[in-house]
Amino acid sequence: MELHERTEKCKEVFSLLSEYLNMELPPDACQEMEAHIAGCPPCVEFAESLRKTVELCRQYRPSELLEPLGKNAREQLLEAYQKMLGGRKALALGSVKTD
Amino acid sequence: MEREAEVDLARRLMRGDANAFDHFVEHFRAKIFHYSWLMCGQREDAEDVAQDTLLKVFESFDQLSEPERVRPWVFRIARNACLMKRRKSVFAPAKELSLDDFIPAINHQGGHAKLQIADWSGLPDHQLMRSEMKHVLDQAISELPENYKPVLLMRDVEELSTLETAQILDLTEDVVKTRLHRARLAVRQKLDEYLQSGGRALSSHT
Repeated sequence: MELHERTEKCKEVFSLLSEYLNMELPPDACQEMEAHIAGCPPCVEFAESLRKTVELCRQYRPSELLEPLGKNAREQLLEAYQKMLGGRKALALGSVKTD
Repeated sequence: MEREAEVDLARRLMRGDANAFDHFVEHFRAKIFHYSWLMCGQREDAEDVAQDTLLKVFESFDQLSEPERVRPWVFRIARNACLMKRRKSVFAPAKELSLDDFIPAINHQGGHAKLQIADWSGLPDHQLMRSEMKHVLDQAISELPENYKPVLLMRDVEELSTLETAQILDLTEDVVKTRLHRARLAVRQKLDEYLQSGGRALSSHT
């Protein structure tokens, strides 16, 4: 009976584990979860494996390498940036004139 | 690069400081390329998406009212560019992941409950990115269904908040939380299978 209850509680912990790791749980739910985990080695073990998975994802960068930006592509971007700046200046000048 | 450094670059660009231009392009081009490569699966498409996104970013830079939001703002544009590109290409279909598929089996022996998972305890954080493990992670992430993958990429790889991710992907925060958890469980399971099968070498040295 005790084992069965534990498993039900474990399932609840299992479903909320990411929110727990993200510190997104309300304080009372968080305390309840910690109280259970403190006495449940399987939940500790699983939580640790998920925490490490998340840590791994945070360090992750895909292995596909990016080619350097071509000259034409850079020119295209710089032109768009300068055009945007020019447009903003024109707008500012326009507003000065009308004031 | 930390988000604060990105925000600083965005502020400088807004002031017209052209010295920030190349840093900004280099930094975000790599980020967008990696995101779209994982979403599209094609190098050429990913390069196109990176260029299309940056072009749109510079054209509409004056619409970025809060420089603090530069990362989610760029990713929102990248996400749309990626969707446009992917209409033309083949990608992994949407699929629902169920929590039940990821609940590990438990053995009860002599009153002790033991999980049937790999031993993760010998895996220090700083060793996680060894090449074999990285390859497994590459595969695990790229195999996520298309409705889960961007959530994991935004939340865990790009470290955007739940709210930012929800806004970028047009989802509610609850859906972001649900999908993130299931995506993490799916990736965890792939890594676990790898560790159980032959990844012992990763943790046995040092």
